[in-house]
Amino acid sequence: MEPQNRTTHRHGLTAIDGALALIAILLIIQMWLLTATLDSYLAGHSEVVLPAAIVSGVLFLACAGLHLFVRRIDADARENH
Amino acid sequence: MKLFRPANKEPLWKDEFSIHRADEQYVSRRQFTKFLVLTSLGMFVGNAWILARSWFRKTPVYPQKIICSTKDVPVGGVWLFRYPTQKDAGILIRPDEETYVAYSQKCTHLSCAVYYARERNRLECPCHEGYFSVKSGDVLQGPPPRPLPRIVLERRGDELVAVGMEIRKGT
Repeated sequence: MEPQNRTTHRHGLTAIDGALALIAILLIIQMWLLTATLDSYLAGHSEVVLPAAIVSGVLFLACAGLHLFVRRIDADARENH
Repeated sequence: MKLFRPANKEPLWKDEFSIHRADEQYVSRRQFTKFLVLTSLGMFVGNAWILARSWFRKTPVYPQKIICSTKDVPVGGVWLFRYPTQKDAGILIRPDEETYVAYSQKCTHLSCAVYYARERNRLECPCHEGYFSVKSGDVLQGPPPRPLPRIVLERRGDELVAVGMEIRKGT
C-alpha cells in the first residue's frame, strides 16, 4: 500500500470507529428506552408510549444514517486502492 | 446525493473476501455496524409493538357474579374465589364486622398468590416480600410496582356480588 493510501486508510478507520462508538451509544439509549417504556406501560402509564416510539424511531434513523456513513467511507477506501 | 450512492460496485463476494489485507478491518467494522443497526431496528420494533398494544387494547367488560354469603366469611377470615374468569384468582377479606374488601390474588410484581396475614392486617406476597394494605390494596413495601386490582363488591341482602374491577396505576 502506498504511504498516501495508508494514511487515508487509517483516517477512514478512525472515522468508522467514531461512527461505531456513536451507534453503540444510541443503541444503549434505545435499550434503556425500551425497558423504561415497557415498565411504564405495565404500570398503566400508556401516555409515555407514543413519545417513546417516536424517539426510538429517530434513534434508529440516526443509526441507519451512521451506517450509510460507514458504508460510504468503506467504499471510498476501496476506490483508493 | 453522494451519501446514498451504492457502497461498492464490486460483487458482494469480493467485498467480503477482499484480496487487500488492509480491507479486512473495514469488512469486520462494516459487518459489526450492520449488526448494531439491525439491533437498533429490533429496539424500535419493540417500542412500536408496545404502541400497537396500547392502541388496540380493549376495555374489559366485567360480569356480575355472586361471590359468597356474608355468613360464609367470619370476621378476620378470607374467602377465595375466581373473578372475572375462572383463571383469575381473587381474595375476599372481612377485616371487621361490616367491612368486606376483595382484590385480585395475583401480586403485581411477578404474579405470585398473595395471602392475608391476619396478625399484621396486610396482604403479603411470599415470593419477594411485597406487602399490600388491606384497606386500599396499596403497596406498603417491596418490589410490586402498583397496587392490587380491587374487585368492586356490592352487598345484596346476605350476598356479596362482584360487579367490576378497579385497576390502578403505579406511582
